[in-house]
Amino acid sequence: MTEIAAVAIIIAIGLTLIRALMGPTLYDRVLAVNSLGTKIVLFIGFLGFVLGRPDWLDIAVLYALINFVSTIAILKFFRYRSFQVPLHRRPVPKAPTVQGRDNV
Amino acid sequence: MSELLDILLLIKPWVGGILCVIGALLALIGSIGVLRFPDFFTRLHAASITDTSAVTLGLLGMAILAPNWLVVFKLAAIWLFIFLTSPTGSHALANAAHTAGLQPVLGRDLKRPDNREEEA
Amino acid sequence: MGYFAGLIFVLAALWLGLSGIYKPLLLILAGISILISVVLASRLETVDREGSPYGRTIPILSYWAWLLVEIFKANWPVIKACVSANLNINPAFVRVKTRCESDLAKTIFANSITLTPGTVTVEVEGDKLLIHALFEEAATPASFDEMDHRSYRAADGKRKEELAA
Repeated sequence: MTEIAAVAIIIAIGLTLIRALMGPTLYDRVLAVNSLGTKIVLFIGFLGFVLGRPDWLDIAVLYALINFVSTIAILKFFRYRSFQVPLHRRPVPKAPTVQGRDNV
Repeated sequence: MSELLDILLLIKPWVGGILCVIGALLALIGSIGVLRFPDFFTRLHAASITDTSAVTLGLLGMAILAPNWLVVFKLAAIWLFIFLTSPTGSHALANAAHTAGLQPVLGRDLKRPDNREEEA
Repeated sequence: MGYFAGLIFVLAALWLGLSGIYKPLLLILAGISILISVVLASRLETVDREGSPYGRTIPILSYWAWLLVEIFKANWPVIKACVSANLNINPAFVRVKTRCESDLAKTIFANSITLTPGTVTVEVEGDKLLIHALFEEAATPASFDEMDHRSYRAADGKRKEELAA
């Protein structure tokens, strides 16, 4: 059964890859790559079960981590054109009730 | 009692496999939606199917098939991590597109707004 | 301080769960790597006032259980829209006012909306949320009322008195 699941996931990865290649805007491509990462995590899991080596889930954990960080990093870069801008809100010295706008 | 246990052990691989297949099919439907939907904001909704139900069902199926508890722990870690990060990623994407001035397709007739080319 | 206790606990659980080999050498290495992670985290200065809401663990967990059911219910129309022959969708922007006050409650509410297929939080301004919905008729402000109320109860609840005291 996991073989069927793995094949279905491969087809899904192919379809998402088409969107990543032809997506009209930058955000479509980033969305497709992010979704691709989630599907690859599932695929690595299924493949591990098909080949009888569930230890591969370690790689899947790493892939999930890198997927999130890379999405945020790409978005931050295309917003500020730099990685040097701090993302977290600096503490406001006088009035702590001010709800500053969160960046990204 | 032992007969019940035997039956449970017998159907365990089938239940796990069917859950895996359903999860994979949901991921497939999600990517069909990503291909078909008219603009970025609607594609975001299609992608969130993959991030929520496909991941949940697929990982649940794998957890039922898992040979030991270590694998179940890893699957739970992946599930928790994806559930914590996927809304953050979606929101960051939507907010970035909105701030950059990407106009969405609105209404039932899916009228296309004139977007300037946002290519970088 | 509570933040670092929680961090050490999570890191230790992660190491024990992922490694699966419990020899003294590896446990010593685990201690060293946890120490390095904690030192790096303390240098980052990301701890804030609402960073460690342990007191609200049980309400937040019960909120999660309710949210999971909601997510699965909300998946169905989106799946139908994906595979139907004519795209039967009606995308729209909706503005929703929330009663949540603390950043934690607002984060939980906005993340729940984003996690539910069919609705995505685009922007948070003060107590107003800009939401992109796939089906306009299903995304009236009243439909977010229950989620708003529950996330307020889960995260804010008695917090106001705690902060005032």
